[in-house]
Amino acid sequence: MDINILTVFILAIFVGVEIITKVPPTLHTPLMSGSNAISGIAVVGAIISTELNGGVGSYLGLLAVIFATVNVVGGFMVTDRMLKMFKRK
Amino acid sequence: MLLSNLSYVLASVLFILGIKKLSHPKTAREGNFIAALGMLIAIVATLLSNGQIDLKLIFIGMIIGSIIGALFATKVEMTQMPQMVAIFNGFGGGASALVAAAEFLKGGEISVFTISTISISVFIGTLTLTGSFIAFGKLQGFISGQPIVFPGQQLLNALLAITLLAVGILLSISSPTEIEYFYYLIAISAILGITLTIPIGGADMPVVVSLLNSYSGVAAAATGFVLMNNGLIISGALVGASGLILTSIMCKGMNRSLANVIFGAVGLKQESSSSASGKEVAIKSYSTEEAAMIFDAAEKIIIVPGYGLAVAQAQHSAREVAEYLEAQGKQVLYAIHPVAGRMPGHMNVLLAEANIPYEQLKDLDEINSEFEDCDVALVLGANDVVNPAARHDTTSPIFGMPILDVDKSRTVIINKRTMNTGFAGIQNELFGYDNSIMVFGDAKDMLQQLLKDLKDL
Repeated sequence: MDINILTVFILAIFVGVEIITKVPPTLHTPLMSGSNAISGIAVVGAIISTELNGGVGSYLGLLAVIFATVNVVGGFMVTDRMLKMFKRK
Repeated sequence: MLLSNLSYVLASVLFILGIKKLSHPKTAREGNFIAALGMLIAIVATLLSNGQIDLKLIFIGMIIGSIIGALFATKVEMTQMPQMVAIFNGFGGGASALVAAAEFLKGGEISVFTISTISISVFIGTLTLTGSFIAFGKLQGFISGQPIVFPGQQLLNALLAITLLAVGILLSISSPTEIEYFYYLIAISAILGITLTIPIGGADMPVVVSLLNSYSGVAAAATGFVLMNNGLIISGALVGASGLILTSIMCKGMNRSLANVIFGAVGLKQESSSSASGKEVAIKSYSTEEAAMIFDAAEKIIIVPGYGLAVAQAQHSAREVAEYLEAQGKQVLYAIHPVAGRMPGHMNVLLAEANIPYEQLKDLDEINSEFEDCDVALVLGANDVVNPAARHDTTSPIFGMPILDVDKSRTVIINKRTMNTGFAGIQNELFGYDNSIMVFGDAKDMLQQLLKDLKDL
């Protein structure tokens, strides 16, 4: 196994903790739906897994593309809808 | 491959910048846009740099997914946001598990390391999928919000977990790989997602939704290890960390450990304890007209909204009352308890929807010192989060929970429909305090009547 990839993972966790603790409670719901959309990055993996002539794997890939796209599109859209509502006086 | 790898670096940077901009409501919308841009770049680069993919299949999938996602996003009510996030967590976890499964079924030589990461990804992803669907069902009311418990439940979960581990190890070391183990792995993960979620009560759902949010990130990261893909690993780690931080904030807000939330089955058969104690509190019940006179004499007012307010769709009426009072030169603030809604920050969104400016919404730490010189605290549909017993009564189930110190205000006006208890199933001693006044009725009707009476003064 490539140790670099583990390094990236660990460092990303630290970055995540650092930036997310700065998000105020007011925005925790948009944070959740937004991070949800980001976890839709699985769509990248789904695209790769639809390799031509991949048999059953391709169809799992298709289902994965659907699930992940729901996440990405729905997640970012609903977050935007919520954030639009936060107004100053 | 260089193109797509570079694009993942760029996408990760944009995700991080996007979340950073979420640290203030002014820049948050821009942050969300930046993160979405990062996602678009990652997707386009992946499409361009992989020649061996089935483009037709991908576009069909993306169109279906976009339609479903857009429908959800535009139709959902703000009160239903927890359900929506729950089901999206499920989709995210499901997608990660499917990608890992596709990688497994592709066959060929798979190293022990890869098969272990596939197992982890499939396990967490499937558990997130079924767990999220149960959470969705509970929040939406398809399944009883009551904890579902049966004898030997913990034992069953423990057995399932042990079997799962055994199957995972067998799958990793079997050579040639036994595909049956893979199916067992999926089945047990799916069952475990259900059995771990059904015993958790409706009021504890904020914790569960946060936790599943974290899992969906971890599943994506695990899939990143399967594909050796930095984009998935970084994004997954960010989401995993986010969900975990929110989970811990929710647990602190209820003064409960995560283990207690997951295994405690809190919310079950509490009625015996409250009726058996038999402590009747003597309350004063006022009409809205009398309450209006108290408001008229007040200078500083703090509104404490609970989930009951949202259920009654009374946010707009609350804002109308607040705006009228402000026009009279009074100061109005809102006190938001961390667990005031059905998910982290839920109440803030519900109030933002009613056009209440975010500067007026104060969280627990900010507001508690404000109650001492507050003339009227108006409690709308909140109960356990304002129960002073949490501060001093060591026998109370909510003892130690951080609460809003409304009792320190000169007058506390509490609106409730009935004298029923809150989620914790206990009577609130606040209602019997000398400075407490009850105004019974539906929150919306009460507030509208109050506004009318204020104008008539």
